[in-house]
Amino acid sequence: MTTTVDPGPRASSADRTSAGGAALEVKGVTKAFGSFVAVDDLTLTVPSGSFFALLGPSGCGKTTTLRMVAGLEEPTAGTISLAGQDVTGTRAHQRPVNTVFQSYALFPHLTVGENVAFGLRRSRAKDVATRVADGLDLVELGHLADRKPAQLSGGQQQRVALARALVNRPALLLLDEPLGALDLKLRRQMQLELKRIQTEVGLTFVHVTHDQEEAMTMADTVAVMNHGRIEQLGSPADLYELPRTAFVANFLGQSNLVAGTVTERLTERGLLGVDVRGTRVLVPEDRAVRTDGAVLVGARPEKMRLLVGDQEPGPAENVLGPGTVTDVSFMGVSTQYQVEIPGLGTFGVFAQNLLGGATVSVGTSVRLAWAVDFTFGLDGAQAPDEGAVDLDDEL
Amino acid sequence: MTAVLDRAGESTSAHAPVRTPRRARRRLGDVIVPVFAALAFVYLLVPVAYTVVFSFNDAGKTNLVWQGFTLENWQNPCGAPQVCEAFANSLQVGVVSTIIATALGTLVAIALVRFRFRGRATTNLLIFLPMSTPEVVLGAALLAQFLTLRVPLGFGTVVAAHVLFCISFVVVTVKARVAGLDPALEEAAADLYASPWQAFWRVTFPLLVPGIAAAALLAFSLSFDDFIVTSFTSGSYTTFPKFVYVSATRGIPPQANVISSFMFVLALVIVVLVQVLGYARSKRLGAR
Repeated sequence: MTTTVDPGPRASSADRTSAGGAALEVKGVTKAFGSFVAVDDLTLTVPSGSFFALLGPSGCGKTTTLRMVAGLEEPTAGTISLAGQDVTGTRAHQRPVNTVFQSYALFPHLTVGENVAFGLRRSRAKDVATRVADGLDLVELGHLADRKPAQLSGGQQQRVALARALVNRPALLLLDEPLGALDLKLRRQMQLELKRIQTEVGLTFVHVTHDQEEAMTMADTVAVMNHGRIEQLGSPADLYELPRTAFVANFLGQSNLVAGTVTERLTERGLLGVDVRGTRVLVPEDRAVRTDGAVLVGARPEKMRLLVGDQEPGPAENVLGPGTVTDVSFMGVSTQYQVEIPGLGTFGVFAQNLLGGATVSVGTSVRLAWAVDFTFGLDGAQAPDEGAVDLDDEL
Repeated sequence: MTAVLDRAGESTSAHAPVRTPRRARRRLGDVIVPVFAALAFVYLLVPVAYTVVFSFNDAGKTNLVWQGFTLENWQNPCGAPQVCEAFANSLQVGVVSTIIATALGTLVAIALVRFRFRGRATTNLLIFLPMSTPEVVLGAALLAQFLTLRVPLGFGTVVAAHVLFCISFVVVTVKARVAGLDPALEEAAADLYASPWQAFWRVTFPLLVPGIAAAALLAFSLSFDDFIVTSFTSGSYTTFPKFVYVSATRGIPPQANVISSFMFVLALVIVVLVQVLGYARSKRLGAR
């Protein structure tokens, strides 16, 4: 093993190029550090050529998952397959996978060009010089090939790290919060850049992030992770419109969740009648996780509207209230209202400023209305604020 | 010292009452610090200057009294019996012990920082032992062991002893460098298809080189001028410090001064060269 050059990345690099990225299959993978279980019986499939995001708060096991796929961490149980081949027992340098590290991990003693050539040299690739030049051109850094990493800005270093991974045309490109160290403006720019490059080279990207906006704008498929498990997996729009757990509802965007009990099933209309503190709320049956007992009824803030005075709700709308407007924040495109309903808690309502400016002032008595079709039902055993941004935690 | 301060303080306040005492004290500091620094340098450099000057002494029997200037000693540094043999021995011992101590010490340092194993904390502590043990004790203990095991004293025992005490200094020096190395770099190398062997030689080692070089220089200088441990473990084998010590009783030949002066100048040249190169490099990087 010390002297033989591993055939892994070299042998597969030829047939890989034509395939244009391979599928990743993680089956029943568990990783325990002592008694702490970082990743718990995780199973997921990443289709070839897709942009996949692992989204979750810090400590949810997403980075550990990525490191196991890269071969930098050994799973306690389960198997990892790349393009149908079991690679669980192989080590990092034998896997046709490349990683863009959070800290970039550029080799400080090598020039930018030598950094990018590193993987190609190890796998004894041909036309190293051409491929390095192409790789640097892709990230628009061709003119900086002779510099040392320390002489580059953060954004440039990030792009070198990306080029260094991409030139190897890996079956799978892993991105470990690569944009975390960049400032907001640069981050937005790099998100678009990454998406462009992914479309251009057609490789499979697995992107780890705790930024839900980043995951939603970039990925085809998002897996929301929490406590070492996948809470929900789907397209960004599906996850947003139809969260299946309180954690997803709160972590991905904001949600208004209230506890209730299912009291009737209107099977012919496909609806559930839920009693929320004496008010009947309708939930489409196919949008509910469970159809009996305790549930959480939810709706996104932008789906809700304020009913002032004797304004009547539409025929297919749920209504809660009355309550009092406690806060009005004018945001330009929209206005965010906080409405306190006694006994039910505080609700957020985002109203588009179609008529210009805020129309309801603090202290006004209002009711909340929203379309039944946009209502979702979750398991009532969960805490309604699970996954919500806790300011105390952030500080 | 206090007397000087008091008197100076009085004089300033008397002649310039506007000036605040604090400023006066600062001005005083501006004068005193360079004076004391200069005195300290004089104190440190007088013995060196003495050695260099007396390497040009036209010494007869003893090199204790100035007899007149000559270049003869420098033209024929091996003139005195055994002086060059001792010098060559010292170089040989220094080079061999440095290589062994640096190689082993570097491996120990990497192991201590990078790996968790049973006895790691104990090793971390014990590695300081040769540094903190008085040299006399170390030398005597080594001699006792060599005698018990009937190991013939000579080059081998001296090298073994030198490696023993040099290794702690190497470990301490290299450890700091390894600890400052981002583990992600080695992971990145592995991720880019480098086997553990390649990752070490292409990434870890080049980044450790400054630390390893510093450690090697330290080890060499420790080995080269060690007298106490050497005198215990060398038997009839003579190193340069031992030669100087032994000949002190009947007068150190001026050739010893020549060799010492030469070593001093060589060290000075190396230091200056490293500084100049470092300065040029930082300037070049900055200019870009």
